[in-house]
Amino acid sequence: MKLSMWTYEGPPHVGAMRIAASMQGVHYVLHAPQGDTYADLLFTMIERRQSRPPVTYTTFQARDLAGSTADIFKKACRDAVARFTPEALLVGASCTAELLQDDPGGLARTLDVSVPVVPLELPSYQKKENWGAAETFYRLVRAFVGRNPRPDNIPANSCNILGPTSLGFRCRDDVTEIVKLLTEEGLDVRVVAPMGATPADLVRIPEAAFNIVLYPEIADVTARWLKTAHDMPFISTIPIGVQATQSFVDEVRAMAGLPAREGRTRDRLTWYSRSIDSNYLTNKRVFIFGDATHAIAAARIASEELGFRVCGLGTYMREFARDVRDAAAKYGVEAVISDDHLEVEAAIVAARPELVLGTQMERHIAKRLRVPCAVISAPTHVQDFPARYSPQMGFEGANVIFDSWVHPLMMGLEEHLLQMFRDDFEFNDGASASHLHPQAPAIKPVEAAPAPVVAAAPIGVIATWTLEAERELQKVPFFVRGKARRNTELFAQGNGIHPITVETLYDAKAHFAR
Amino acid sequence: MSVAQPVACNEPAPIRQRGQHEVFCGLTSIIWLHRKVQDAFFLVVGSRTCAHLLQSAAGVMIFSEPRFATAIMEERDLAGMADMHDELDNVVARLLERRPDIRMLVLVGSCPSEVIKLDLSRAASRLNAVHAPRHRVIAYSGSGIETTFTQGEDNFLAALIADKASTRSAGEAAKLVVLGCLADVVEDQFSRLFAELGLSGVSFLPGRDAIEGLVVGPETRFILAQPYLGAAAAALEARGARRIDSIFPLGAEGTSAWLRAICMTFGVDMALLDAVVAQPRRRAAEAMAHYRPWLEGRRVFFFPDSQMEPSLARFLSREMGSELLEVGSPYLHREHVAGELALLPPGVTLSEGQDVDEQIDRCRTANPDLIVCGLGLANPFEAEGRVSKWSIEFSFTPIQGFEQAGDLAELFARPLMRNAILTNGVERREAVQ
Repeated sequence: MKLSMWTYEGPPHVGAMRIAASMQGVHYVLHAPQGDTYADLLFTMIERRQSRPPVTYTTFQARDLAGSTADIFKKACRDAVARFTPEALLVGASCTAELLQDDPGGLARTLDVSVPVVPLELPSYQKKENWGAAETFYRLVRAFVGRNPRPDNIPANSCNILGPTSLGFRCRDDVTEIVKLLTEEGLDVRVVAPMGATPADLVRIPEAAFNIVLYPEIADVTARWLKTAHDMPFISTIPIGVQATQSFVDEVRAMAGLPAREGRTRDRLTWYSRSIDSNYLTNKRVFIFGDATHAIAAARIASEELGFRVCGLGTYMREFARDVRDAAAKYGVEAVISDDHLEVEAAIVAARPELVLGTQMERHIAKRLRVPCAVISAPTHVQDFPARYSPQMGFEGANVIFDSWVHPLMMGLEEHLLQMFRDDFEFNDGASASHLHPQAPAIKPVEAAPAPVVAAAPIGVIATWTLEAERELQKVPFFVRGKARRNTELFAQGNGIHPITVETLYDAKAHFAR
Repeated sequence: MSVAQPVACNEPAPIRQRGQHEVFCGLTSIIWLHRKVQDAFFLVVGSRTCAHLLQSAAGVMIFSEPRFATAIMEERDLAGMADMHDELDNVVARLLERRPDIRMLVLVGSCPSEVIKLDLSRAASRLNAVHAPRHRVIAYSGSGIETTFTQGEDNFLAALIADKASTRSAGEAAKLVVLGCLADVVEDQFSRLFAELGLSGVSFLPGRDAIEGLVVGPETRFILAQPYLGAAAAALEARGARRIDSIFPLGAEGTSAWLRAICMTFGVDMALLDAVVAQPRRRAAEAMAHYRPWLEGRRVFFFPDSQMEPSLARFLSREMGSELLEVGSPYLHREHVAGELALLPPGVTLSEGQDVDEQIDRCRTANPDLIVCGLGLANPFEAEGRVSKWSIEFSFTPIQGFEQAGDLAELFARPLMRNAILTNGVERREAVQ
């Protein structure tokens, strides 16, 4: 039994819903009690979906448990087929129905419905949403692709895109961007699945030369099976960031038998990052948390393309823990592998970042800590399904990333002015970057304010500060004051200095100069 | 506006269907209960689905740590590899260590815990032996196999009333208990009115503190502030309290009738009542008048949600002049909503329970001007060019009492106003404002 205040992932049947809702012509009959229909609003409200997700819930009640809940399930299947006339029926159980052991798959086979039925076994008490989505996609592809031999003359430049789903982070625009990019490169994109695909489209998957896995969390299992069963190679370089997009293009061209091409600058991130205004981005500490794909990509962009320093990296997906640990090792940090947001919050506080890149939960945490933040990964909220075109992938995606990560930060000159003239009555701990002003919660004036939360991290360090030193510390801008305090205390401790004076403060500043 | 006498033969037979219910389960009422009752913590014993439901329905706004959580059952619990009760004890111990300020811990049963027959009442008494009196522990079920949405509050209140430590029999009994969760602002308004009416010994249940030691005796009378409280009312009656029958305090008419029922019970001079409510009632009429042009003659269809639908429909029909096409409710408590049903216009279609697909068919056929429905249905209806009002707002907004009558009307009028602005552009905007 696990105590949970908030979860990064829903149950596995929500993952199955995401696959059903992504596709056309698929209907999901979910053996579930009343109340599980809440999941509909993830689609209709968060994603502003214009139609109900294609899911029928059996809605069994306590009084049905003595009788036959199986009959209720069978009726729901028949009714759903009659009403929605899908090309394929997914059947499965939610957590409660799993306990009833009605075996929806077995029951559905006994039904004389006119459409193919794909049964799902999603263990609710072991697995989570992304696993459920991956498993559902795999089951559908296996069911419709089968083991038929592939055609003989497959053009080398034909490919499929696997992985984009409903409720995924920016999948809608990523698909548009990557299809456009691939088409420009002379590729022929055949099937995009699950997003927008029909069961008939799945049948056509083996007719392309290779697969491109854009979202390994969803499509890795399927791509591996297609490789084993149908000898279809796949590319799993994720085109997030300029360099990764370039590598992606190179790999795709090589696999399609197209000659390598001189890289030309097709993004603005590269120049923007080189432009002198971006100097102030240098070594900004950034904490990154999300699904594995987006977190690893963000760390690479932050470190290599924007010149930030990665001070924390993690994921809530244990299935991909190894990849994230490997990435974290590159940046000299220990990966945070946890689905407990309180642990993540503690890690953020300890890392003292100047920018947080994460899910909507890290956005809440960062807001509470008054640290700038941007969302880079699901789970997300309604504002992360923007009206405008805003992919993360490809060259345009890199431009979007530059804007959305840099804008929350204090701009260069403003940062200097705050440092130089912090006694200005309008500059105080409550004043954050002017462009953030409407959102910035007011906090108490300097004198009354306790040390910000960020400074409270190094519990256990006992150091006394002289009054003068404490006053001098207050002149350090609030957003780096926690770091200054901690560094000074570390320095004092390491050198046996007691108490901390103004001198110690500046000695430590020189010692830790970055 | 005169209150019509209930007509005996006015009660039409409701449509009763079973099929997919597009409603929340009882766990969802934790979202307002955990804010209302400030010394309580709600621990759902359930699955990842329960946790996901709560955060999704709550809009994932956790700026302060919420006073609810889920103890998620895992494979090893169900396989018998771990003793579920030991596991629960450990979770509770950790929780109370983290939150020593909790005075009442509420264990909330879920669909999976009910199906495996995990006895949370037994768990509560075992935990009380360890943690009471510092932390009182009670249990109720908010499972979807037994409860919809607001019935979770009903079961919580019933458990609170049945708990001897929370609701005592000794001492000076409350004269009047107002039963059902009300926003603090509404509770305060009613308190002021009761004081002006010379009524003392009034308790609100739930109050801001769970452990306030409500005393109930045979002289206690209670009145429902919400229509979904069958179990809680029965629990109070079991402790000897008697119910004051009334329609519910929605709109000026409902609030007047509700206060009159109380005053008649306690022998308050009707002239005093009239004097006390004159100004609030005038303000309510003035506020409602702004919105009546938007709602008059509009045809409204209610999908089931909170059991407040008959009261809301009565308000729309009698005070706003709307036409009712279908009034759906997850459950109709025949006795408690009898007064409301009697005030609905003859021939209105009632429905109880749901087959959502068939109800959507009926709704499309009826082609209403306004559809009151849940969050799963609203955007799809809007995308069809229909105008919808999400019903969850009636549970999350102060709408009871005179001062909120205008706000209640505005909730219904807003989607119509918005539709007019977006359809007809600037020239209509002034008319809307």
